[in-house]
Amino acid sequence: MTVPLSSQRATRSVDVAIVGAGPAGGTAALTVRSSGLSVTLIDEAPLPGGQVWRALPTTLDSGNDRSPDRVGGDTLRAALSDSDVDWRSDRRVWSVLREDQGFRVDAIGPSGSETFLAPSLIVASGTHERTVPFPGWTLPGVTGLAAATILLKAQHVLPGQRVVVAGAGPLLAAVTAGILKAGGEVAAIVDLNGSLDWLSASGAILTRPALAARGVGWIRQIVSARTPFYRRHCVIAAEGDTELSSVRIAPVDATGAPQPNGHIDIAADSLVIGNGLVPATEITRLLRAEHKFDRNLGGWCPVLDGAGRTSIDGLYVAGDGGGVLGVDAATVSGRQVAEAVAEDAKAPAGRSGSSQSSRTLPRFGAALAHLARLRPAQVSAIPAETVVCRCEDVTRNEIDAAISEGADEVNQIKHFTRCGMGPCQGRFCGDIVAELLALDRAGTDDEATVDRARAQIGSWTARVPLRPVALDALIGDFDYADIPVPPPAPL
Amino acid sequence: MVIGGGLLGATAALFLARGGMRVALFERGPLCREASGTNAGTLTMQMTRVALIPFALEGHAMWKSARDWLGHDVGMVTCDGLSLAFTEQEAELLSDRATKRREAGAPISLLTPEEAQEVEPGISPDILLAGHCPVDGFTAAYETGKAFRVALLEAGVAVYEHTPASRVEAEDVGYSVISESQGTTRGRRLILAGGVWIEPMLAWLGVQLPIKTLVNQLVVTERMAPIMRTVVGIASGLLSLKQYSNGTVLIGGGWQGIGNREEGGYALRPEALIGNVRLACHAIPALRGARLARAWAGLEAETDDALPAVGPVPGHDDAYVCGSVHSGYTSGLAIARHLAAHILGEGPGPELFPIDRLLQHTVPTSTRET
Repeated sequence: MTVPLSSQRATRSVDVAIVGAGPAGGTAALTVRSSGLSVTLIDEAPLPGGQVWRALPTTLDSGNDRSPDRVGGDTLRAALSDSDVDWRSDRRVWSVLREDQGFRVDAIGPSGSETFLAPSLIVASGTHERTVPFPGWTLPGVTGLAAATILLKAQHVLPGQRVVVAGAGPLLAAVTAGILKAGGEVAAIVDLNGSLDWLSASGAILTRPALAARGVGWIRQIVSARTPFYRRHCVIAAEGDTELSSVRIAPVDATGAPQPNGHIDIAADSLVIGNGLVPATEITRLLRAEHKFDRNLGGWCPVLDGAGRTSIDGLYVAGDGGGVLGVDAATVSGRQVAEAVAEDAKAPAGRSGSSQSSRTLPRFGAALAHLARLRPAQVSAIPAETVVCRCEDVTRNEIDAAISEGADEVNQIKHFTRCGMGPCQGRFCGDIVAELLALDRAGTDDEATVDRARAQIGSWTARVPLRPVALDALIGDFDYADIPVPPPAPL
Repeated sequence: MVIGGGLLGATAALFLARGGMRVALFERGPLCREASGTNAGTLTMQMTRVALIPFALEGHAMWKSARDWLGHDVGMVTCDGLSLAFTEQEAELLSDRATKRREAGAPISLLTPEEAQEVEPGISPDILLAGHCPVDGFTAAYETGKAFRVALLEAGVAVYEHTPASRVEAEDVGYSVISESQGTTRGRRLILAGGVWIEPMLAWLGVQLPIKTLVNQLVVTERMAPIMRTVVGIASGLLSLKQYSNGTVLIGGGWQGIGNREEGGYALRPEALIGNVRLACHAIPALRGARLARAWAGLEAETDDALPAVGPVPGHDDAYVCGSVHSGYTSGLAIARHLAAHILGEGPGPELFPIDRLLQHTVPTSTRET
């Protein structure tokens, strides 16, 4: 029996489609639904919650964890279950297309291809983790800070026996505390920031006493475990034959540049490291919404009004995908965006009169994001032989060579070197490659100057698939006669 | 002065410079990043228009010897090519087209399914007939700009990247190219080699040549174990398939995405992508085990009769157009080299593809001021 292409694909039309079921997308879904609009909420994880509110597999769930992240996630999941939000987990969204009547979202799910059509689309896709490359960063035993939180939170697995926790931002303390709580050993914390950096952020941090107290709790745990704490240091090498055995760190100056002296080797079988988060802008870039470069918010961000409207009618962004500001800001933004969607759709909103002004940044989230920002001087110090694109094994040397051979914009660097052409499609290396080119153009590692170069350089063209998908799942079963082959080309 | 830094413009500029001319090349973006850098890199006779076969054979040989004359072969692989037929209708089309291409000089023979499977064990057992050509192969098209940039600079061409020409003016003798960054550049001769943009470029000289913009989708997989060793297409020409030495498989065939001359190929049609991939997996069943890594679309120019626009611009001395060469990645090298040879006055050479046949008005709407 033959099945035409169109009827084999499950297609659903709704008022609002939301990609990403974390704090922003989940909250937006509930708020949109309460305004009377129909909603489909699509996510790649098995359960809603996103990265921060990630659920435990039921086999591991003792119900004892009452951390704020867990409570937030459980509350969201319960609310979604009680609602009639059409909630779809385990879906990989691979294509988003703008059509006359709105947006078309294509996903691969457990039962194959699905298509969602909606006049309004909320992108709540969160962030990617950033690692500034150093020799040995691709060794087994080296993982991301955010990846470590998944191991700890969702699988109750320690990243190693003896762990070095390194990088920048609040995840350092959170992950260290998580490892200690789970009974692991932390060999050292290596923080790019110094006491002065944290002190200058303290005013903003204290605007959220509950969250600040949580941080103090983490620090207390760290102090009582007598974990060595290296401030204003960074990792300059991960060493080991087939897996990690030791981590070399160096002091950094105020700009984040590692210094030639004072290196320390720390024995460890695990290094978890992260240099902040980058907004996941694949969908908004694919749709060619306007973007702007803001180092403090993680890099390229869609241009948004105060209620999360992008430059494209019907396209909205909620949460960290619009700029990294953390979970509380994401939840608030999810609600605000949902209200704007409802208002724009002329449906009765819970609260009307959302702001047209540009976003006011919550001080707390902005201060922490500032601490985790990418430092040009640290990127500038990446040694020549270091792999920058781990999918295609492209080194700093090869990228510099491409630049001197005349590749003067990011897409041409990709064409000259293959960097960014692998399975991650540049999610990991894109920010670093653009920073290297900007450093070359700027001729200095001064942040403001490099920022201007970054804004000119832009970012890699976004393309489908938004996530790698198996061809088998994509094409399903078919008969040859049903492939809609266009007429032959002229002879 | 050459406007357009794709494969055609770059090749013409290179041979003109080597022939002793002072050459300036204007490109609105980086070199070879539109059709020349985003195409499937296929160097096949079995998708080539009959009239282009002699040029395609010559172009294939030029890619093969590119290390000698260009300095970099853009990763060229020479291999067999197969064009498959799965239905009676396709078998008829295949055998008809193979005959005509063979008459034009392409060494294409027809194989039974068993013979075809000896050439390419990975193909589907469901085929009825296969066209086979030993002159086939592919390159990594994205490296084209890298190769040409070095060669052009070494040949002394003044390469102006990121320099869109805003217009061209005919002077008493020669032409002026006006661009924002370079101001006015004067030269005796002009070549318009702007791909799908030759239509607006010719309009600068008052010549109306309609050019259709094709938006060709391409799909590449993640690396996988070897599953094929030839270039595989189908009778209708709507599939091109090959596996690179790094394990990735590139799927093309000209399925249409969304875009235009102004905005580029900015979006892909999911149905067309799925159709294209189904066709590919039908031809090479083991491809089903791959993962889709990336898909994109590139623009291809097409004239009303689907044949190239290569030759003098009517009514404008020393002005030439060079574009709209279907599957031009193979034959374009030869065509642009012959155009350069013609401009250098090196003998008659083969007949190219003058555009008089395509113009709605044989008399240009504006002529040079005297």
